[in-house]
Amino acid sequence: MIARAPSRKQNHKDKKFRVIGTSPIRSGDIDKVTGQAIYGIDTHLPGMLYGAVLRSPHAHARILSINCLEAEMMPGVKAVITSADFPDLTKQIISLGEEGASLQYQTDNILARDKVLYYGHAVAAVAATSLHIATEALQKINVTYEDIPPVVDIRKAMDGGAPVIHSNLRTDELGKKSNNPTNIASHVQFKSGNPEKGFSQASVVVEREFNTATVHQGYIEPQNATALFSANGQLSIWCSTQGVFSVRDQVSEILQIPVKYIRVYPLEVGGAFGGKNRVYLEPLAALLSKKSGHKPVKIVMSHNEVLTATGPTSASYIQIKMGADNKGQITAATAWLAYAAGAFPGSSVETAAACIFAPYRIDNILIDGYDVVVNRPWTASYRAPGVSNAVFACEVVIDELCERLAIDPLDFRCINGVKEGDQRTNGLRYDRIGFQETLETAKNQPHYTAPLLGPHQGRGVASGFWSNGGGRSSASASINLDGTVNLATGSVDLTGTRMSLSMQLAETLGIQADDVRTSTADTDFIGYTDGTWGSRTSFSTGWAVYEVGRQLIYALRKRAADLWQLPLKHVKFSEGIFTIGNQKFTFKELASRLCEDYPLSVNTSVSPDGVGPAFATHIVDVEVDPETGQVKILRYTAVQDVGKAIHPAYVEGQIQGAVTQGIGWALNEEYIYDEAGRMLNTSYLDYRIPTCPDVPSITPVIVEAPNPGHPYGVRGAGEMSIVPPPAAIANAIHAAVGVRMNTLPMSPARLLEAIWNKGLHSD
Amino acid sequence: MPSKIPVNAIINNELIQFYCEPRQSLLEVLRDDLNLTGTKQGCNNGNCGACSVILDGMLVNSCLVLAVEIEGKSVTTIEGITPKEGLHILQQKFLEHNAQQCGICAPGFIMAAKALLDRNPDPTEEQVRRWLAGNLCRCTGYVKIVQAVLDAASCLRNSTQVER
Repeated sequence: MIARAPSRKQNHKDKKFRVIGTSPIRSGDIDKVTGQAIYGIDTHLPGMLYGAVLRSPHAHARILSINCLEAEMMPGVKAVITSADFPDLTKQIISLGEEGASLQYQTDNILARDKVLYYGHAVAAVAATSLHIATEALQKINVTYEDIPPVVDIRKAMDGGAPVIHSNLRTDELGKKSNNPTNIASHVQFKSGNPEKGFSQASVVVEREFNTATVHQGYIEPQNATALFSANGQLSIWCSTQGVFSVRDQVSEILQIPVKYIRVYPLEVGGAFGGKNRVYLEPLAALLSKKSGHKPVKIVMSHNEVLTATGPTSASYIQIKMGADNKGQITAATAWLAYAAGAFPGSSVETAAACIFAPYRIDNILIDGYDVVVNRPWTASYRAPGVSNAVFACEVVIDELCERLAIDPLDFRCINGVKEGDQRTNGLRYDRIGFQETLETAKNQPHYTAPLLGPHQGRGVASGFWSNGGGRSSASASINLDGTVNLATGSVDLTGTRMSLSMQLAETLGIQADDVRTSTADTDFIGYTDGTWGSRTSFSTGWAVYEVGRQLIYALRKRAADLWQLPLKHVKFSEGIFTIGNQKFTFKELASRLCEDYPLSVNTSVSPDGVGPAFATHIVDVEVDPETGQVKILRYTAVQDVGKAIHPAYVEGQIQGAVTQGIGWALNEEYIYDEAGRMLNTSYLDYRIPTCPDVPSITPVIVEAPNPGHPYGVRGAGEMSIVPPPAAIANAIHAAVGVRMNTLPMSPARLLEAIWNKGLHSD
Repeated sequence: MPSKIPVNAIINNELIQFYCEPRQSLLEVLRDDLNLTGTKQGCNNGNCGACSVILDGMLVNSCLVLAVEIEGKSVTTIEGITPKEGLHILQQKFLEHNAQQCGICAPGFIMAAKALLDRNPDPTEEQVRRWLAGNLCRCTGYVKIVQAVLDAASCLRNSTQVER
């Protein structure tokens, strides 16, 4: 079938659904509760070797020499590799121009070449007959380093005198390259109107600065990869990834193997949240497999390695200035954002800059964003990448404006909140959106007006925006003789998308969700599909599934027209029923009749326009212990527009999970470094993600403002609700004890200090 | 390489003999040598609870137990509580409440919840939350897990009353 890019505007008025909007149990999930589900970490192949990775104890150092001889001689050791084992990419990197730099960065991140750039940076890797032998062998690899002063702090890294991490890096200054060596990789800007004039029209102007710490996605299954590089040149990979095609393409580039020789198998994934798009171990396992005589090699990271060497999110430094007139109308806003990219350029500062003021109609705006390299692990995406930090800053300033103007914070947001037709920061205009509905719904929640019951309790609200994602997806469907349908897509299922895709196909065909069996195909068996990121799967892959559904219906209508010898227009399909002349058939009846002699299967690939952005408004009650600075979350209500909730119970789970990650970001989570740039809290004991008693029973409230760019109105649900929690909690803390927190996390020590500075400590 | 030691133990109601190195953890032996991969590996250092099993009635992180320590003892894993037909009530309630998303923590949570309900058939929400503090879940925000455990407890109490 021809690839299509659906962009037809969908009319969702009075649409009634039979399958969509119900919450069936996915029988495949039985394997998850019996332990039979197979994750990457469960991969076990005959004759398999175990790999381990030697990592830098320095944050910044030159590698003078690496001696692997002693390790190679150890009984049980089958292969040792360093960056010298990578193919020489000089030619490719030069020919790729700008993109060549990112290939170089990616290769250098997987195994350090001349310099180590962060504590935990991989230097060498070993394959041996047992994990214990491999780990012992690491200690026999002799690396000589020459220390270079590190820089882990973002503002220090921007200073003129800071150690330069990449000698060839030049600032991309609004599209033009600067001349001097620097740690500032790029400067982006969004501008409209005249902020100075806007501020002069304001009756209140609030200007504040904010710092946020590096946090990690914190998935439970660590990165792992098993590779078999056969003697016939075929490379097979089993790994924990959000996107099998993305793994295939990255490995192909790094190892210079044509994609047709690489096959990547999808498995269950034990959490990802944006952190499992980039490859770390796959090329190492592949090279070790080749070097050890084509044995399969499995490498599993420890959680120490996950925290120190995989991509967390950016630490940031943010300045915000906002002004409003006495009617509560925002007259101008400026933001200055510096995001730490980690050891290589590429933070999500541009996304953050595009999203920070997106919920509000502001005529006069100036937003500057800086991408800054520091001696920390290379940052990666984390659920609505970069937006939580930015929105924390914006929404705390808005809370202060509301306080100064004595306006209810939800009313203030209603006055300024964007509606259909308003312009976005990126210049586009909003189509149908649901921000105002989230505000109205929040106002009407019993939570918003419930009395607070004790001292040092406070209520906060915050809103937020996330653009959601689109991207490329493929699906194939075949009809079984019993009228059920097998559906395959290229989308890795992180938390239930197989079900939401089954349901969309079932809705299209007029059958039950249970009649569709959905699997994720490996890279040899399905068309190109982007990874499961950007809340894109139910939207984009949903489009692909809808398209294959329509193709199946069309093919059945044609077959029926041939068999009954009727013109095609006399074979109709509506509400799950085929009408052929004056006879009526269900999909199942017709399918089993028309597919016996000629099997029916279809496939399609799409790259749909019409991504629908999301908004959320959250309400939180906290209680602050003024003696310890401890914050207890008493009650949490999260209102989010998802367009259409295909499987409401799953959507609730997405909202509850996102809020909980936001709570961790707000209160606990933080990368802590010593002066030498070594990360100090490298386990889940010390890097503390929220536990069961840390969080209340979060109430999700689903708002459905259908996305006109999707046949069933889907926007995406997974990411949005990680954005408002830090701001909502900061605003609640202010309501409870009167201090404005401007640093994340708002840990007990920081909050206590703020309370003391305010003179509120009760003696 | 250290030589292997024979260990005799009851695993999921079956007497098993295996050989292991003294440095191997119970988790490693369960997963890599006995192919019981239902017990999941997460942090491998006692912080996440994904590898929870019941050892002589005690809830333990199998990554913090040496395999040689189970000599003469009894271990129950997720495979051991799954009936031949159907599901354990906790497994059923996890499914009904959508308490698993990625699912990597689910076997550990179910074992931990079983250890709780074995001791306390009528826990409060607060008690459930405190007991499960050693099991990390990054997907769900715990709400549906707690609901599943409370629902399972209630079902178990009702079915015991009927038997009486």
